[in-house]
Amino acid sequence: MTMEAIRTEAVRAGDVRLYTEDLHLHYGDVHALKGINMEIRGHHVTALIGPSGCGKSTCLKTLNRMNDVVPRVRITGSVVLDGEDVYGKAVDVTVLRRKVGMVFQAPNPFPMSVYDNIAYGPRVHGIRRRIVLDEIVERSLVGAALWDEVKDRLKKPALSLSGGQQQRLCIARALATGPEVLLMDEPTSALDPISTLKIEELMAQLKRDYSIVIVTHNMQQAARISDYTAFFLLGELVECDRTDRMFASPRDRRTEDYITGRFG
Amino acid sequence: MSRPRRKLHRNRAPGPAGRRAHPAPASGGGTAGRGGVRPVALASQAAGAGRAGTKRPANSIDTGRWAKPPVELAMHGLFLLCGLLAVAAVLFMTVYMVASGGPVIAKVGPGAFLFGRTWDPEKMRFGILPMILASLAATFGAILIALPTGILAAVFLAKLAPPRVAAVLRALVDLLAGIPSVVYGLLGALLIMPLIFRLQTALGLPTRGSLLAAILLLVIMILPTIISVSETAIRSVPAPYEDAALALGSTRLQSIFKVIVPAARSGIAAGTVLGTGRAIGEAMAVIMVAGNAAILPELLKPVRLLTASIPLEWAYSGGLHRDALYGIGLTLFVFIMIINIVLNRMLKKGGVSLDS
Repeated sequence: MTMEAIRTEAVRAGDVRLYTEDLHLHYGDVHALKGINMEIRGHHVTALIGPSGCGKSTCLKTLNRMNDVVPRVRITGSVVLDGEDVYGKAVDVTVLRRKVGMVFQAPNPFPMSVYDNIAYGPRVHGIRRRIVLDEIVERSLVGAALWDEVKDRLKKPALSLSGGQQQRLCIARALATGPEVLLMDEPTSALDPISTLKIEELMAQLKRDYSIVIVTHNMQQAARISDYTAFFLLGELVECDRTDRMFASPRDRRTEDYITGRFG
Repeated sequence: MSRPRRKLHRNRAPGPAGRRAHPAPASGGGTAGRGGVRPVALASQAAGAGRAGTKRPANSIDTGRWAKPPVELAMHGLFLLCGLLAVAAVLFMTVYMVASGGPVIAKVGPGAFLFGRTWDPEKMRFGILPMILASLAATFGAILIALPTGILAAVFLAKLAPPRVAAVLRALVDLLAGIPSVVYGLLGALLIMPLIFRLQTALGLPTRGSLLAAILLLVIMILPTIISVSETAIRSVPAPYEDAALALGSTRLQSIFKVIVPAARSGIAAGTVLGTGRAIGEAMAVIMVAGNAAILPELLKPVRLLTASIPLEWAYSGGLHRDALYGIGLTLFVFIMIINIVLNRMLKKGGVSLDS
């Protein structure tokens, strides 16, 4: 089956939550994304892999429009979330980002208490009632497998947590706005192996409720945790397929070279 | 993001520092310069060479010269001297102020001096309460207006203004900070006083100079300090905070006022301390607009600030009058000490809750 056929079938079946269509992105004169057609399936983990500078992080950020703030950026094509174009004229980015949460490379909790970190998102979206906030904070921390570790110190500064805990706090913070898609930009690259393992286990749980897109430098990680993998090279999407299939029998020569460690 | 990098740097620090203690073996740098890779082997080798007094290998890190070269020692001494000079100046000033201002306060009586309502040197009445209150009113009034204005201006410069506009404005703000205070006084006399005079005339009590004029002038004078220090603080808030706020669906303004400005609060507090110091210590410009009547302060009436009496009366004062001016100096000195200590405490508190 061709990629196009697979895609059309998947969109029709309702498996695909999010897809990009002929997505091009320029930073000034640099053509950073060259006609990306990629689909993200609901309740699965999709890994974006590729060597540094291949455009995988840039592609991730187009999904919640975090590239908008970059100066001299130009985007054409479309990103479709549940049938709506993310780059449509009437789209409110704050609502979009509530639906498409993001976790960054290095843990970046705000210099506030654990509680206020989680409650930040709901608060800026107008939730004021203490009972509601308490409930959201607890649910988000449970969801990020952090509740038991911090439930007695919700008023302590978030920056007093360990690095791994901080990253799970950031995941909890993203969960608090009630997203459907979770974008993760190399979420474990600043963490030790044990914290990394915890986050990977967490992702396996989270995909029951969320669709996850993760950028990773680490091919073992992609193989361990993802259901689908997209391989980027020089701004192009070379191959996007089920992870087991791609790692066992890549269709493209370049993919094979990369995953067998011949470059990158 | 900055944390791991800082940590990395810290780990590396002992390497170059260890090397710096022995600057000589530049020729052997190929091996010794790699600092700390094989410290044990090198140390034993060097010790062996030292003990036996035998010939050192060509690439030995033990050069046989002084561990601390004389230049290093001399520079250490120079730095120490410079440090002591600053401390000595403060100590000397403290002793001098207490010695020359203390007796008069004791003679007039601390209560009559600090809380007396009449300053009339001819009748030997030396009460400075009106001046103390005027100084406090002018300083806090100025901070009250300048702080919110300065923060908004700093936010504009750091986050909202187009880069070119920001560059021009920043240059102007810096220029403003360097203008001599007498020039500000002229500005106040030519611009602020006539405006307030009109207001006073409308209200039926025209006077030359007022507390309001002093406050407005001080606002203009301390704004550049507050703006530039606050802007630096806002710009040094790590970008990932802003990214996180935006990614959670904040608007630009929400991310600025709910995350970035609070994260910069210790820097903003530092700017406020500097501004307060400048406001309370300013004499020349406020003399020109305040009216200098030593009466209890009211917004639209003339006031005399603590700083004003000394330059106004110094030339013709003598005896107890002159001593009383020393007393004012001592009072001002203590005031600034207290304000510095209190604000620094507050500032440190903000800093701790930010870093921990």
